[in-house]
Formats: sequence, structure tokens, C-alpha cells
Amino acid sequence: MSGPSTYQPQSGFAKWMERRLPVLGLMHSSFVVFPNPRNLNYWWTFGGILAIFLVIQLVTGIVLAMHYTPHVDFAFNSVEHIMRNVNYGWMLRYLHANGASMFFLAVYIHIFRGLYYGSYKEPREILWILGMIIFLLMMATAFMGYVLPWGQMSFWAATVITNLFTAIPLVGESVTQWLWGGFAVDNPTLNRFYSLHYLLPFAIAGVVMLHIWALHVVGSNNPTGISVKSSQDTLPFHPYFTMKDGFAAVLFLILFAALVFYAPNFLVEPVNYIPANPLQTPPHIVPEWYFLPFYAILRAIPDKLGGVIAMFASIFVLFILPWLDTSKVRSAKYRPLYRQFFWVLVVVCLILGYLGAKPAEGGYIIAARIFTAYYFLHFLVILPVLGLVEKPKERPPSISEAVLAKTKSKGGDAQASAAAQ
Amino acid sequence: MGMATLKTGQSEGSAARSRPLWPWAASLAIFLLLVFAGTSAVRAAGKVDVEAQKWSFNGVFGTYDKGQLQRGYKVYQEVCASCHGLKLVYYRNLGEPGGPGFSAAEVKALAAAVQVVDGPNEDGEMFERPGRPSDAFVSPFENDNAARAANNGALPPDLSVIAKARDGGPDFLYALLTGYVDPPAGLELQEGMTYNTVFPGHQIAMPSPIVDGQVEYDDGTPATAENIARDVTAFLMWAAEPKLEERKRIGFQVIIFLLVLAGLMYMVVRRVWDGVPH
Repeated sequence: MSGPSTYQPQSGFAKWMERRLPVLGLMHSSFVVFPNPRNLNYWWTFGGILAIFLVIQLVTGIVLAMHYTPHVDFAFNSVEHIMRNVNYGWMLRYLHANGASMFFLAVYIHIFRGLYYGSYKEPREILWILGMIIFLLMMATAFMGYVLPWGQMSFWAATVITNLFTAIPLVGESVTQWLWGGFAVDNPTLNRFYSLHYLLPFAIAGVVMLHIWALHVVGSNNPTGISVKSSQDTLPFHPYFTMKDGFAAVLFLILFAALVFYAPNFLVEPVNYIPANPLQTPPHIVPEWYFLPFYAILRAIPDKLGGVIAMFASIFVLFILPWLDTSKVRSAKYRPLYRQFFWVLVVVCLILGYLGAKPAEGGYIIAARIFTAYYFLHFLVILPVLGLVEKPKERPPSISEAVLAKTKSKGGDAQASAAAQ
Repeated sequence: MGMATLKTGQSEGSAARSRPLWPWAASLAIFLLLVFAGTSAVRAAGKVDVEAQKWSFNGVFGTYDKGQLQRGYKVYQEVCASCHGLKLVYYRNLGEPGGPGFSAAEVKALAAAVQVVDGPNEDGEMFERPGRPSDAFVSPFENDNAARAANNGALPPDLSVIAKARDGGPDFLYALLTGYVDPPAGLELQEGMTYNTVFPGHQIAMPSPIVDGQVEYDDGTPATAENIARDVTAFLMWAAEPKLEERKRIGFQVIIFLLVLAGLMYMVVRRVWDGVPH
């Protein structure tokens, strides 16, 4: 991870080490002196929060795996065994299950922050795509993790989602049976999901390192969207951003703790406390809240293959977003039209989430079709056209001047003169 | 870096001070909106609303009422246990903190009152012996098929986590147990079914299990049908969430700790960013 290294090893050990493997210098240049734009707001704290949640999920998950039994006859009861007989097992499980929800909440805020401030644009395309790969891996991991307790919703979610692969022309059935390891979702499926659920988080951790590496090559975007031009525009990572991110993380953890300790099953479908029964379909099969918008898109298309394509396309379109958005201006702050379309997109995604929770019938399905169409319209038509027709507002020449203008308007002349020196 | 010059600014009217916390409020709002829309939309689909009851275990400081759990245990044993198992609960749990609070001697006696199949012994035979606190509750039927055969084809579910496995949780259980009324005129009930106001489809295979005075309470509590339903529901909630008291206690400590830490972090952020334009 790049950045100016001003690291001077002090102790004898540090000097010895630095000549052989300069990890201390790497940490120093990446997380101590690394220059961040000074105007980052609190929406930029979610990257750090996500790193914390990755660690929480890994640690709780590894301990849970010591007590869990991946077998159709024992999985459900082994989870209850964790809840009842393992020391603080209830806490581990509730942290892990609700941690997934908080992870997705943070990642959605992180992604929409990127959308608002144009963080996907040149030169951050690879950074953005790596983020999207992390997002996909998270979805796969969360889905397979949800199957492990082997409750009714675990089983039927696995059945519905794996059945999507039967939509592939010609080889669909063979592929699906290969995924199942049999002719239906059964013990082999549970076993491989468990194996992959344990594996993928480490893949996520690997891509996260690339994500941070790419971030440290190009540097953080910022609320003005203007590139860093001089050292006046930046502040060192420590203490400014370590403390700010830390404060934000503690606030986020309070929300997490409230959920874990006072409403641990609020986000869980009660039916998942009924052991899996392949002979009895629950009346409503719904995924976890964080998949609902995609579920709405899947069901909006009357054709099975079409629905699967639309669902995957809704994510793929984000991969090519850097080339769909034709505007050279990054931040929505200086894009009067885009800013409005951004908020429309947020509302559309929330509505899609709501529709994903509703039964696929009547007015709900019509609404889901309209909002699905709009979702794609936003990325495939509105964004390309907007860049050509929109007249951006005048942008300040640099981050520091934008900051000065802001503090001046607030009457902070002292800082203004200080920064101007 | 030029940090020294930038940091010389005085702190009056500092931008750091006016940093708004509204982004947090907004993200919280987005989260709650999503969650409420999603969960309530799902929950509302095809479900009868049940009346919320006052439970001692509700709220931030909620705890179980030991007397109620002991009465509820008695109801379970005398009324429910003939059809419904509780296989995830162990007799030892009855004496553990946060539960009904039976003494060690009482737990031993309660466990010893049931016969448990153990073995095989040295001769390869299974044998019966009196229960021990380390045994799980003995289910009334050998397997699901035996349970169905004895119950007109219907399977009485195991009750270990039933209080978490239904929309509405304990409120639903109480509404179900007290929801047996005469069917509306003209409704043809299927054979062996009973009418219930909150059961999905209103036809339930379990006949009304509770009547006034069905259980004799030892502590003088009036054994009305409502009290019996309420007590056994509380007991089933404990069976499903035996660590609820510990969870709420630790949660309170965790949140107090985090609030203090947040306050300290806020002061640190203020100090660090004081007079630094951003």
C-alpha cells in the first residue's frame, strides 16, 4: 500500500526488522501518515466500520464453527446447543446473525456514498470494481450462512435460490444437481455450503486488502469530488481519521448492541425456528432484508430465465457504472440534476425492498416491474444522457479553498487565515 | 505536510464543533425504514393480529417471574407433556440462574420422577432408569409417526423453541391457548378439528387444552384458564430463550460501556479536530 513513507525505526528491533521485512514502515505509511482529504464527512467512516465487522464476523464465526454440526439431522439442534449449552454461545450466535445485517447496512451506505460522490469515476474504477466483487462475495457468504441453521426458511431459501440455476438453457438441470450434490437440497448441499461459508470470508479478506491497496494508490475521493492538489488539502490518517472513524464505529456498535441484546430475533423470520421440512413449504418464502430489492427484481420478470438474468444484471450494471456515467464531475454536490436522480434511485431501491417482502401477485408485481424498469433506466439511460446534458455548478479550485469558503461562511475567520498561510 | 501552520488557528466558532450528526440520524432512519417496511410487510401477510400482553420479561430490564415459571412448568407437565415434547430442555436447566429457580434437590426429584431409556448395558440391552438432572426432557412419543398415529394424523410440535417460531411469539401462544370459541354459524369443521380465532386457517387439530381449575396451583394463584395459559406461555418463552436475563443484563453493561466510550471518543475527536478546517 503506497503513500509517502517517512517512517524512522526507533527501537533496535524495529531497525532490525525494517531491514528485513518493512511491515512496520508499511503500516506507518498506510495508517499513520497516509494523507486523506481533510474534508471527508461521516459518510466516509463506513469503510473502517466494514473492516471492523469483517473481523467480528470472522472471529464469532470461527468460534461458532467449533460447536456447529453440518448435518441435516443435527444442524438445527447444534445451533440450539450453542444457544443453550455453550458458554456465551447465545451471544456469539446473535452477534454473528445480526452482524451480517449490520455488515450489509454498512455496505449499502458505503456503496450509496460512492454513488453520490462519484467515487467510482476515474481513477477509481478498479477500486470500485473490487468493492463490487466484495459485495458479491458477501451476498454468497450471507446466503450460505443463512442455510446453516437448517430451519424452514434456510431450507426453502436454499431450494429457491439453487433452483434458479435450472433456468440455464440446456445444462440447467445438470448444473443444479451438481450444485446440490444430489437430486434435491440435502445433506451434501448443507456440507458444501458450510465449507464455502467458511472459505469465502477469507476470500473477502483478500479482496479487501486489494481494495485498500487500490484505495491507497489513488487516495480517497472526497465530498467535493475534486482531486487532491497539494498537501494543504490533506491531513494525516492518524490521529485525524483514526479518531473520527473510531467515534463513528462506536456509535454504530451501539446500534448493533441494541439489536443483539434487546431484539436479537427482530430481523429473523420466526419460521426459521421450525426445523427444515422438505415436505412442507412455508406460506411465504422471503430472503433476509438485505436481499429483498434483488428478490423483487427476480420475481418482477414473468420468465424464470429472464428473472435470473435481470437479477444478476442489476448487480452487473454496477460493475460497468464507471463507463456508464459520462459526467466528468464526480460529486453530486455540483451536479444539480444528478443529485435529484440519486435520491430517486435511493427511494426506488427502498420500494423494491418493500415489494420484495410482499407476495408476488396483483399490484405488487406490477409495481415491481415498474420500479425494476426504472432501476435499469437510471443506469443505462439517465446516467449516460445526464453527463451530456447537465450543466454542472461551478466547482472550487481545490479542496482547501472549498474548506476555507465553508469555514468563512460560518464566520470562522481564524481558521481561514490559518489555512491560507 | 504544513500541519503546524494549519493547526495554529484558534478554536472559536470551530467548524469541528458544528460537525453535524445528522448523517447518523439519517442512516438510522434509512435502516429502520427498510427493516420496518420489510419485516412488517412480510409479517402482515396472511396473519391474524394478536393482542400484545404484558410480560414480566418484556423491556430492557425484563426478567422472568420465577413463581410463574414454576407454575408454567406444572401446567406443561400436567397438560401439554402428554402430546408435546420439550427435547432441547434439560432437567438441570430448571435449577439454572434465569430460570424457574428450583433448588438442586427439587430438580433431582423432578428428574427422578420420569423414566429414561438408557443403554445399551453390558448385555446389549436397552433399559429404563430414573431420570437425572443431566437428562433432556423425555418426549411423549418415540418418533413423529407414533405421534401422528396417536393424534388423528396431526403432529403435535416439539415446544422447545415454539415461543420464537411463531409470529407474535408469546403473545401469539397466549392468544392461541385462549382463542377457542364456538365456530361461526354455518362453518363446517373438518373431522377432528376445533375452531380457533388466531390459528392460521382457524381449524386446529389440538382441542382446547385448558379449562378453569385444570391445574391445582400450590402458591394460591387462582387457576383460571387465563392464568394457566399465561403461566405456561411464560414457561415456554423461558424454554425458548433460557439466557434472556443474562442477555439483557450483559446488554445493559455493554451499551453503558459503549455510551461512555462514545462520549470519550467524541471529546477526543473534538480535541483533535479543534481549529483544523475541514
